[in-house]
Amino acid sequence: MASRLMALWDWFDARMPSVAEEFRKHASEYYAPKNFNFWYFFGALSMIVLVIQIVSGIFLTMNYKPDAALAFGSVEYIMRDVPGGWLIRYIHSTGASAFFVVVYLHMFRGLLYGSYKEPRELIWIFGVLIYLTLMAEAFMGYLLPWGQMSYWGAQVIVNLFATIPFIGPDLAIWIRGDYVVGDATLNRFFALHVIAIPLVLLGLVAAHILALHDVGSNNPDGVEIKKTKGPDGHPLDGIPFHPYYTVKDFAGAVIFMAVFCLVLFFVPEMGGYFLEYNNFIPADPLKTPAHIAPVWYFTPYYSILRAVPPLFNSQFPGVLAMGVATLILFFLPWLDRSPVKSIRYRGALYKGALATFVVTFLVLGYLGTQPVTVWGQAGAWLGHADRATIAARVFTILYFAFFFLMPWYTARDRTLPVPNRVTM
Amino acid sequence: MSEKKIDKTRRNLIAATAALSGAAGAAVAVPFAWSWWPSERAKAAGAPVQADISNLAPGELQVVEWRGKPVWIMRRTKEMLESVKKSDDRVSDPKSEVPLQPEYARNEYRSIKPEVLVLVGICSHLGCSPQTKGADAKAEMGADWTGGFLCPCHGSKFDLAGRVYKGAPAPVNLDVPPHMYLSDNTILIGDDRKGA
Repeated sequence: MASRLMALWDWFDARMPSVAEEFRKHASEYYAPKNFNFWYFFGALSMIVLVIQIVSGIFLTMNYKPDAALAFGSVEYIMRDVPGGWLIRYIHSTGASAFFVVVYLHMFRGLLYGSYKEPRELIWIFGVLIYLTLMAEAFMGYLLPWGQMSYWGAQVIVNLFATIPFIGPDLAIWIRGDYVVGDATLNRFFALHVIAIPLVLLGLVAAHILALHDVGSNNPDGVEIKKTKGPDGHPLDGIPFHPYYTVKDFAGAVIFMAVFCLVLFFVPEMGGYFLEYNNFIPADPLKTPAHIAPVWYFTPYYSILRAVPPLFNSQFPGVLAMGVATLILFFLPWLDRSPVKSIRYRGALYKGALATFVVTFLVLGYLGTQPVTVWGQAGAWLGHADRATIAARVFTILYFAFFFLMPWYTARDRTLPVPNRVTM
Repeated sequence: MSEKKIDKTRRNLIAATAALSGAAGAAVAVPFAWSWWPSERAKAAGAPVQADISNLAPGELQVVEWRGKPVWIMRRTKEMLESVKKSDDRVSDPKSEVPLQPEYARNEYRSIKPEVLVLVGICSHLGCSPQTKGADAKAEMGADWTGGFLCPCHGSKFDLAGRVYKGAPAPVNLDVPPHMYLSDNTILIGDDRKGA
């Protein structure tokens, strides 16, 4: 039997050797640093979530109806009447939040260990493109249940484009295909969400991984392992990705799936953060819910949008600030002037800046989930402004300071000497 | 690669072919992008609507749908009109200089009849629908609140004539739609015959 299987493989391999070649190139002979830690799980985990989303999404489309009159009802139908429909839908909605959890942790890993620095700038750029595409995917998917939050969230986001000077109002009509968010908008967002953007996403993921495998992985020490090779030509501090990291990532995946299932089966709505309560009310174009906030993964940017006051009778500055807050990520490899990559060898300036940035991102995220009146009004000396708005303005400035001051503080930082080999 | 001499004619032909193919490719995108404009059906759905306000009590707000948007009709009381006057120095465009209203509504109360306010209930910021916050909502809105509207999305505040308060994210006042009185208690929204 075994020899028969081997003969079959030889037959296949003789006709299509590229399968074995690619496996060697990207797995069994791809040498990854041996000192990967906890932070290195999230790349593989985001691929797992991508697969979860694609599979659960395909099955949701089998019962979902992209029609303004039927969409809300078809989601209720999936939840109540389709066998296992509730499970598939909760997998998809939990997967959406899980995607952003792992992607944010994955990006934070990049900030910790300088993974975006030369020669890995392209990997970072593809990563940021994945992040932006993922945002578009999540936003369009959120319109589909056609609940109140779907509707008014889409209304706000599409109107962001309407603020662009001169072409804005027409651009917004073109995106909606109607004068208000309506059936045409829902139908086209469905098409983009289920096919167009996933295709782009898959292409970008492929580019991200190919670019990674061309230059090799960074590691918690920020040491280039390719500089120290053994007599066999392989890095001394490297181990083959397969079987070492496939096995390790498998363990990580098991723990991740356990957490995923806990959320899925016990708190799929996550107290209104993963699935907002107002979205269980059908879309009503005449009535905005008393409190609207985007899903948690957009709230830091939403806070920035709210924090910037209008200028010259236009709300465009706020939209611009929000756009810059995401697009500035592209420039990170060139803003960072530090001679070292890893946080282990950086000085107090970068450590302080990164810690401040994490707090800033979390506070902005929290404020974005709350109404502006949440902390009441300040005294007369601040013109009775909402305290939450003042806080959001301060933290918006801190957010941008992290990036705009980076060339200054990374160049002045007192770094430690980097060892030649990884230290574990 | 080994050839040092470059055949310029071939290179130019390749460049011309590539440029033409690129242009053709871009032209193919036109019909697809074109299909995103509102359909004829969507364009036809914007007819004017009538509203009967005979049962609208003083201080009450009625919502009518026009072109898929909420239109508010509010019968303001004497105190409410007073509060509009008082908020003149706290709103950013007290004289309605930004043309968001027909000429016949460009006055202190932004309405044809002072007491009847007609507004498109869509925030000029990013399109949410603001909510009525009466003068009694001082606990939430601050001690100097005299009644008006609050947008739940980004916290813009408007007075009872739809004028935006200074410092709000919304840049301009709320829209007054074209409208006319067909009789004392019937308003036609979306058409004013005489033109603005």
